[in-house]
Amino acid sequence: MLVLDWILIVVAGWFALGFAGIAALRNTAFVARVLFPAGALLAAALAGFAAAALPGSPETAVLALGLPGLPFHLRLDGLSAFFLLVIGVAAFGISVFAAGYFRHGEGTPPGLMCLEYHIFLASMALVVLADDAYAFMVMWETMALSSFFLVTANHRVPAIREAGFLYLLIAHIGAIAILLCFGVLQANTGDYTFANMRAQSLSPLWGSAAFLLATLGFGAKAGILPLHVWLPEAHPAAPSPVSALMSAVMLKTAIYGLLRVSFDLLGAQQWWWGVLLMAVGLATALYGVVFSAVQTDMKRLLAYSSIENIGLLFVGIGLGVLFNAYGMKALSALALTAALYHVVAHALFKSLLFLATGSVLHSTGERSLGKLGGLMRRMPWVAWLSLVGVLASSGLPPFSGFVSEWLLLQSFLFTTGLPDSFLNMFVPVLAAGIALVAALAGYTMVKFYGVIFLGQPREPKLAHAHPSSPLERAGLVWLGAGCVLLGLFPAQLIDLIDRVTQLLVGGGIADTVRANGWLLLAPSSPDRASYSPLVFLLVVSVAVLLAVVLVRKLYHGRLRRAPAWDCGYPAQTPRMQDTAEGFGQPIRQIFEPFFRMRRELPSPFDAKPRYSVTIEDHFWHWLYLPVAGLTSRIARGIGRLQQGRIAIYLLYSFVTLMVLLLVVVKA
Amino acid sequence: MSIAGLFAQLLAVALALALAPLLTGWVNQWRAWLQGRRAPGLLQPYRVLHKLFNKESVVAEHATPLFRVAPYIMFGCMALACGIAPTLSTDLPLAPAADAIALVGLFALARVFISLAAMDIGTSFGTLGARREMLIGFLAEPALLMVLFSASLITRSTSLANIVETLAHQPFAIYPSLAVAGVAFTMVSLAENARVPVDNPATHLELTMIHEALILEYSGRHLALVEWAASLKLFAYSCIGLALFVPWGVAEAGTPLAIVFAIPMLVVKLAVGGVLLALIETINAKMRLFRVPEFLATAFLLAVIALLVHVLLGA
Repeated sequence: MLVLDWILIVVAGWFALGFAGIAALRNTAFVARVLFPAGALLAAALAGFAAAALPGSPETAVLALGLPGLPFHLRLDGLSAFFLLVIGVAAFGISVFAAGYFRHGEGTPPGLMCLEYHIFLASMALVVLADDAYAFMVMWETMALSSFFLVTANHRVPAIREAGFLYLLIAHIGAIAILLCFGVLQANTGDYTFANMRAQSLSPLWGSAAFLLATLGFGAKAGILPLHVWLPEAHPAAPSPVSALMSAVMLKTAIYGLLRVSFDLLGAQQWWWGVLLMAVGLATALYGVVFSAVQTDMKRLLAYSSIENIGLLFVGIGLGVLFNAYGMKALSALALTAALYHVVAHALFKSLLFLATGSVLHSTGERSLGKLGGLMRRMPWVAWLSLVGVLASSGLPPFSGFVSEWLLLQSFLFTTGLPDSFLNMFVPVLAAGIALVAALAGYTMVKFYGVIFLGQPREPKLAHAHPSSPLERAGLVWLGAGCVLLGLFPAQLIDLIDRVTQLLVGGGIADTVRANGWLLLAPSSPDRASYSPLVFLLVVSVAVLLAVVLVRKLYHGRLRRAPAWDCGYPAQTPRMQDTAEGFGQPIRQIFEPFFRMRRELPSPFDAKPRYSVTIEDHFWHWLYLPVAGLTSRIARGIGRLQQGRIAIYLLYSFVTLMVLLLVVVKA
Repeated sequence: MSIAGLFAQLLAVALALALAPLLTGWVNQWRAWLQGRRAPGLLQPYRVLHKLFNKESVVAEHATPLFRVAPYIMFGCMALACGIAPTLSTDLPLAPAADAIALVGLFALARVFISLAAMDIGTSFGTLGARREMLIGFLAEPALLMVLFSASLITRSTSLANIVETLAHQPFAIYPSLAVAGVAFTMVSLAENARVPVDNPATHLELTMIHEALILEYSGRHLALVEWAASLKLFAYSCIGLALFVPWGVAEAGTPLAIVFAIPMLVVKLAVGGVLLALIETINAKMRLFRVPEFLATAFLLAVIALLVHVLLGA
């Protein structure tokens, strides 16, 4: 049996679990204790099969589903297998967590939730397997629709319905662009299989048109500027496991699509495609991280942080395209390795953080950062595991986020050698932007972690926050372990990524990395650049242990607990800590032009002083509201035709007839 | 890895641990002299450390383990930083473990931990310090990275040891890019080490303090470790600056005897650098907090310009 068949069995299993959920519509215990764990096991199996398929040769299958004469073509190659691996690994942790999470009655009955969740998973797996435009679009739309229903699980809240609508709208703008892109790619042959598209050699003009449509379409799903507005609305609206799944996995299917079209189908020919991706990516990353730093809702903060990470991925892919267009295969492979590494790293740390916010939300009922605090003492498991996620997300050694950041910066440093002197100048400046984004991400994550888990509880009710359930912890432990292992053993994952870069650009860095020894990560020669997370961790740990032992041996280990010092101020209250707004204040001030800000400051004489600040996205007012206004104006204009009187409608028919007759007579 | 390399490595770390407080004392002494005050003894920082280690640690009632772990982690990070900075020799077994980018990551790791620890107690000063420290950090970090990138582009390597080796072997010439980068590096170092004009290490005034607000709740051995780590950080920064911009006199692989000459060379260079630091701190006034982003943005721009100058002129 082919590996592809096993994977299809897993996918069919997910569908079956979904429909089993319908059978047990309101039986929460059955859904949570049986169906979700079973889904998690299937996800683990998927990850295993995908890892097994990565080194193998491509496998294809034709499913007799779909329309007559238009069957689904499926193909499992290195790129699909890699993304299936990401789906499997992340979905396992998220499903285990979800088994412990969906214990209360949410808006949608648990059985229905189970159906939507598993169809969502199955459709994502099929998207990366699809080998013709028809199957791809059907699965892409299934993915969009199932996730739409998941986002609106709590549909009695108007804000959540609005968020869902916005998501659906932008998802469809993207889908139309992707459809048009496939239309261009098939080059009038009428054959919509990817094999045919690969065989076509488009003129530079049509190739660029296809590339631009793909960037627009997949960019809308990934949340790049200016199509990012749905992300901070939809992610907080969804239940936490769904936010995790959307952010960690669904956004990555857009990255998959971009890689598939621009490298596999189009061959990444034009250098300016790369520059465009890098410029858009950097703008997105900077925009995302700056907005993330001023958020006061923990899930919105993470959603903006996802936008930032997607931007970084676009930069990596863009650099890969640029090098590839100039025939620099090894460098292209390095940049793509950085991007693909970040795909996995982001999938793990972001789902970990989203799930952690879910635990916090369940145990406190609060999403607003201003009403949290001090949860490390009430929920130590969630807090310590989130710390791992936060450190990985800030790109700090020796965790997973640092490896991809390091690889990305390395690929920037190798650029001098491009045939174009302007590009030689432009590219290092982008590296400066990446450095700024990475440093700001650290700021944001300290705010996120410090305000939720550290300090003193800002509300009295937080004293009763209950710890997370064992299954929730298990899911978090899986993801946290992933962040640590990816940080410590980068060479192993690079080995897997190598198959993908071999497929996309015909080069890879795994051989060099392997030749330099398992301890050292060195993408070219160790003289040029090297990093060894294990030695790093070992030396810091040894220094810490020596310090602990020596201090105790030479001096003493006495410790006394006392009230906090705070410069001797006795009347301190938890309200005197920085709020989320306070912590974001320097960013608001420095990056003021980024925001559309409304501020209400109290005067010293107010009896009831009120302070409020609202921050809006410029793009709403620059792009979305004008377009919406124009649409409704046009609709009103057309609406005038509708008069509701038979005589008028007869007149329309008569005039139309006359005009048509005139045309016919003239012709 | 050679025996001489291992020896050089251990010697470098031991020397850093031993000399770092001395450098702080030296700077403090000169600052006092330049400002017309009577200076504390050169060994004052050691006495302070000894006193603090002897005292018992007072920890807030609701502090989590993170608060107690953070000083040790900060200390460990700074020890590694001193281990990979080519102070005495470029033949360091630890050097391949972390290159220039990882070094910046190392400083960031220490900063994040100490900021989180400051937020842990939940007092007004702690969070204020954490916010300001992270503000300075996110502005200084990219500037530092850009400075190191300029050096990396010149030497085609991000490994600090290789950068120093290559720079020391170049025929003597003034690189315009390195000159600009040097200015940027000095500005970043002042900010990162909580020095005037960005922060004042000698104040506890709430409007101005940054680093001191951050560590306000620490006492006893924890405070001692934080102070020691801070002086290690100053030592590491000074060594990196000297290695990048005055790279002569550092021993290389295969010349074990050169270390003997490298030590007095390093001491002389650090002594001169310390006096210059005290001079900068004396002739500048501390600036308002919201001038700091401008100061650091200038450093960042200078570093980017250094990079561009290198790309344009190839030097």
